Amino acid sequence: MDSAAYHGVVAGLLADYAHCIDSDDLERWPALFTETASYRISTEFNHARGLPIGIIDARNRNMMEDRITALRKANIYEPQRYRHIISNPRITGAADGLVQAEAAFLVVRTMIDGSQDLFVSGRYLDEIDVSGSQPLFARKLVVLDSDKIDTLLAIPL
Amino acid sequence: MTKASTYKATTFWPNDGLTEVPYSLYDDDEIYQRERERLFMGPTWNVLGLECEVPNPGDYKTTFVGDVPVVLVRGKDGSLKGFENRCAHRGALLCLERFGNARAFTCVYHAWSYNEDGDLTGVAFQNGVNGEGGMPDDFKREEHGLQRLYIATLAGLVFGSFDAKVPPLEDYLGPDIVSRIHRVLPRPLKVLGYYTQTMRNNWKLYFENVKDPYHASILHLFFTTFRLNRLSQKGGIIVDESGGHHVSYSMLDKTANNPKDDSGDGDYDNAKLRADTDEFGLKAPALLGGRDEFDDGITLQILTVFPGLVLQQVRNSLVVRQIVPRGVDRTDIVWTNYGFEDDDDELADLRLLQANFIGPAGYISMEDGAVGAMIQRALPGTGGETSVVKMGGDGAASQESRATETSIRGFWKAYRKIMDI
Ligand code: FES
Ligand SMILES: [Fe+2]
Repeated sequence: MDSAAYHGVVAGLLADYAHCIDSDDLERWPALFTETASYRISTEFNHARGLPIGIIDARNRNMMEDRITALRKANIYEPQRYRHIISNPRITGAADGLVQAEAAFLVVRTMIDGSQDLFVSGRYLDEIDVSGSQPLFARKLVVLDSDKIDTLLAIPL
Repeated sequence: MTKASTYKATTFWPNDGLTEVPYSLYDDDEIYQRERERLFMGPTWNVLGLECEVPNPGDYKTTFVGDVPVVLVRGKDGSLKGFENRCAHRGALLCLERFGNARAFTCVYHAWSYNEDGDLTGVAFQNGVNGEGGMPDDFKREEHGLQRLYIATLAGLVFGSFDAKVPPLEDYLGPDIVSRIHRVLPRPLKVLGYYTQTMRNNWKLYFENVKDPYHASILHLFFTTFRLNRLSQKGGIIVDESGGHHVSYSMLDKTANNPKDDSGDGDYDNAKLRADTDEFGLKAPALLGGRDEFDDGITLQILTVFPGLVLQQVRNSLVVRQIVPRGVDRTDIVWTNYGFEDDDDELADLRLLQANFIGPAGYISMEDGAVGAMIQRALPGTGGETSVVKMGGDGAASQESRATETSIRGFWKAYRKIMDI
């Protein structure tokens, strides 16, 4: 299959990803990743300079599950929700059951009092495992355009 | 609007003390201006960054003293210099990049140019064009340099001050703070990355939050939820003589009966053990590992330098946080994560892993991004009212207990003095 053929698979996974987060179905979020997948939030500034710090740095699915448990049971933050707008993905590579893709995104954050802001924009640099019955993220690097985060970042992007 | 002078009145400071703080200090424009002039531009040392951010001659970094834009430069002779980031002609920002390297600084607007000391070295068309126009004959370039900063360094940190009357840095800090700074900055540094957290509150609410150990186990529930509270921790609060700087720390109590404490890393082992065996534990407890890298059992050290530096050690996560006021009700916190040049791979990786604890998405710090705004939003209607800062007494001395607000009172002690209110 040439790389363009994966476009639909990747777009479908991204749509599911956005729906999962935006509908507060966060317990399902880690299930969209392989067991050994990584999820990291960086910024264009750090990414361009090879500075390795992550705003979130999860090295496997268990760490992602811990994130959601902490979010639900430990961390305190005002009720809020996200609306992801994700661009058409660009397939940048495909080999050995892994597809590399890049997509731009915007997240609008709505607080419980109705106030709304463009929270972040950026791009996803994804690696997707297409060898199984369901496509799964094997790596998701979230690169934010700005390195300013308003107030806090509780829910994953 | 309230006149700053009226803040001297005891009606604003009941009993003329430190235990009742007027709410109006958090949203008064006049106070904000006075802070810029007397406090940030006054005889204080303001963190500008790390020496390793400007390693080579000509390297510069743009940053802030309070909310005043400044440039930090490494001179040709290797010394550090600083000046206001504002052209002396008509006030445009001189440097726009966050980092760069330059031999001279030329304003984009009309090309006035300055050397590394901030001296005005060139004025475009100073003598006019074809004998017409130009600057008057009595115009002297020497009179139009940029306002300079005094620079001091300590253990790789760089501080700046606009005021010649500022005491030498080590006197300003006092010996306890100096030694605790050296503790977490013992070797050449390496920056691991930056981010900025914008808070919708007055800068002082964030500084107070960092100086407040009372809230730690109450607002931040990560450790209690996962039942990771250490069996036998001790610690304390050190407040310097001025009140403005503090250190809060916790460490393993070596005198207590700690299983597995023969290694000196017992603290970390305990945490891991409990996480592994507890049904409410983390599925990926590797986060809770760590290394006693400074060989003293201290797992947490939060240090502040008045008025705008927070130096943080949370296990092996090390950060310089710079507080940048952005108006009465906005504050940026610039987080510079660092390690050391000679970190082995395992330690370098631990720092990144444990960064999950801190920052805007940190397990034990995200709440701090929102509490200040919760106070700011509730300010309307406070009028002449004050907050209650009486935990642990009415003084600002060092204390062993962490159930205290002594370092917040210390802040107000230093603040009242320098603000003269
Ligand atoms: S404002 Fe800088 S040269 Fe005119
Ligand atoms: Fe806190």
